[in-house]
Amino acid sequence: MTSWLPFEWIAALRFLREGRMQTIFILTAVAIGVAVIVFMSAMLSSLQANFLKRVLTSQAHIQLVPPDEVARPQRLSTAGSMVAATIQRPTQRTRSIDQWQTFVTMLASWPGIVTVSPTTSASALAIRGAASRSVTLTGIEQDLYFRIVRIPDYIVSGTAQVLTDDILVGTDLARELGVTLRDKIIIRAASGATRTLTITGIFDLGNKGANLRSTFVALRTAQALSDLVGGVTTLDLTVTDIYAAETIARAVQAATGVEADSWIKTNAQFFTAVKAQQSSNTLIRLFVGLSVAFGIASVLVVSVIQRSKDIGILRAMGSSRGQILRLFLLQGGLLGIFGAILGAGVGGAGLVFWHSYMRQADGSEIFSLIFEPSLFIGAVVLAGLTGIAAAAIPALGAARLDPVVAIRG
Amino acid sequence: MADPEPLLRLEGVCKSYGIGTPVPVEVLHDIDLTLQAGEFIALTGASGSGKSTMLNIIGLLDRPTAGRLIIEGRDTSALDDTDVTSLRGHRIGFIFQHHCLISAFTALENVMMPMLVDKAFPSEAMRVRAHELLAKVGLTKWQDNLANNMSGGQQQRVAIARSLAMKPGLILADEPTGNLDSKSADDVFALMREVNQSEKTTFLIVTHNLDLAARTDRIIDMIDGRIVQSSAEAQANAKA
Repeated sequence: MTSWLPFEWIAALRFLREGRMQTIFILTAVAIGVAVIVFMSAMLSSLQANFLKRVLTSQAHIQLVPPDEVARPQRLSTAGSMVAATIQRPTQRTRSIDQWQTFVTMLASWPGIVTVSPTTSASALAIRGAASRSVTLTGIEQDLYFRIVRIPDYIVSGTAQVLTDDILVGTDLARELGVTLRDKIIIRAASGATRTLTITGIFDLGNKGANLRSTFVALRTAQALSDLVGGVTTLDLTVTDIYAAETIARAVQAATGVEADSWIKTNAQFFTAVKAQQSSNTLIRLFVGLSVAFGIASVLVVSVIQRSKDIGILRAMGSSRGQILRLFLLQGGLLGIFGAILGAGVGGAGLVFWHSYMRQADGSEIFSLIFEPSLFIGAVVLAGLTGIAAAAIPALGAARLDPVVAIRG
Repeated sequence: MADPEPLLRLEGVCKSYGIGTPVPVEVLHDIDLTLQAGEFIALTGASGSGKSTMLNIIGLLDRPTAGRLIIEGRDTSALDDTDVTSLRGHRIGFIFQHHCLISAFTALENVMMPMLVDKAFPSEAMRVRAHELLAKVGLTKWQDNLANNMSGGQQQRVAIARSLAMKPGLILADEPTGNLDSKSADDVFALMREVNQSEKTTFLIVTHNLDLAARTDRIIDMIDGRIVQSSAEAQANAKA
């Protein structure tokens, strides 16, 4: 007997050891519960982080665009009457954001905003010989823009450099136009302006539509082609807290009068899915935790009944009610902690196995696994606390046992 | 010269159950009793005569409804649960008829248990004391056996060793030989007598066995919750 341990610890460990089958069954139950929690939580957080990374490294957290143009009814001198009975919604021209340089300066020092990148977007035709494809031409200041959308990470050929006569195209556009690195293509903008640009990089954004439609040129080139010299159509922002993007967007819109759309708003369905995923995970944890707690409690209730004579003898030998209480609380805590350690290992190993087994069609991983140490530590601590909480009622019952009644059994 | 303070005194002790109900039952009636240090006493009586209830009250496992229990000059009615538990742990040892040991522990650990509960003993001191006590009851070879792997007589001997662990002034034994064959019962009884004489520990032994009772210093005989004989007269009757 490790007599350097307090009496409660020794007795708790011995009682668990003596009721071996009971202990093994409840440890298994706790381990399965915790394994489910660890497996689900690690998988969902990995998936979520992966999705967020994909979404937020290919778009700005907040986009500022010029407000829509609206038709204003003309009025006669007679108050209240209108000239036109029907007012059509006006077409939306490609326009620059008024005072965008002022906004860039202001937003650069805005709390929570990390990067401000001006861009000009316009529709255009990419032409090579007899082939032409409609594309979105995005003019960028590469140093700023690449901090928001990490085009260099997606380059499969060449470099992500865009000087005045350079252009970056997607793999699918390059294939359809039959071009490769250093080839030249003609860009004809909707304004009618035309320019011949050299392909300096080919990227793969992992989406066929994006690879076919997206092109990137220098900001000045896009401004010239879209007849917006000195103007920008969009200000792209990144923020430190991605979940605060909508709040910041609302504040920026109120301060500038420019329309500000956060990624949360433009990806409302995705964001709802993320939230739903978090809620369902929380519910799963709660119910699994409850079943674990009730499992531990039921085993300890039975244990108190089985051990009532032992409790009586211990009380006769001078054990205090507090010692008896702690003895059973400890059993609950130990069952929770050891079950959780076992379950965390099984859950983690199960996820690694599942992750290695589940592959995309091309053999690459579906998503990167992220194992947060806090998940494992948290699971063990929470399971320990759950075990103690579950043991509270049986432990109180044991502590309150009348020794005379207990000895009599 | 004044008489020395007795080990224990019961003064007008009554015990009732079902107080507050239409039919309260008094199981002990106005008990007066004095136990002196070093006595070896048998408590006899038919089933339901109140022996176990009185033993529980003397052992501080239960409290009287009326009257006083004074142990070594301390009136226990004034003590709270913590003090009662401490006094019981330090000054009173118990030997039970059934389920006398905790099955999850070995013989040695069972003997160490009261010292472990008390927390006042260094680890090595506990072990040495437990070894000494097991040697005294002749079970050194069995020290590492779990309680379930020992015979009834051996378990009772371990229980005697355990009851001595805290060097109590009083040991209460509730039918300690009731479950044993006559040879084992004789051995256990002889052991208790030997401990009584060597340690000067007071024994109060509940027994139905009049032969064994006759070998004690004094017999307290109970009928219907009252002490009817507490003297050599009872012993003479038992011997007869």
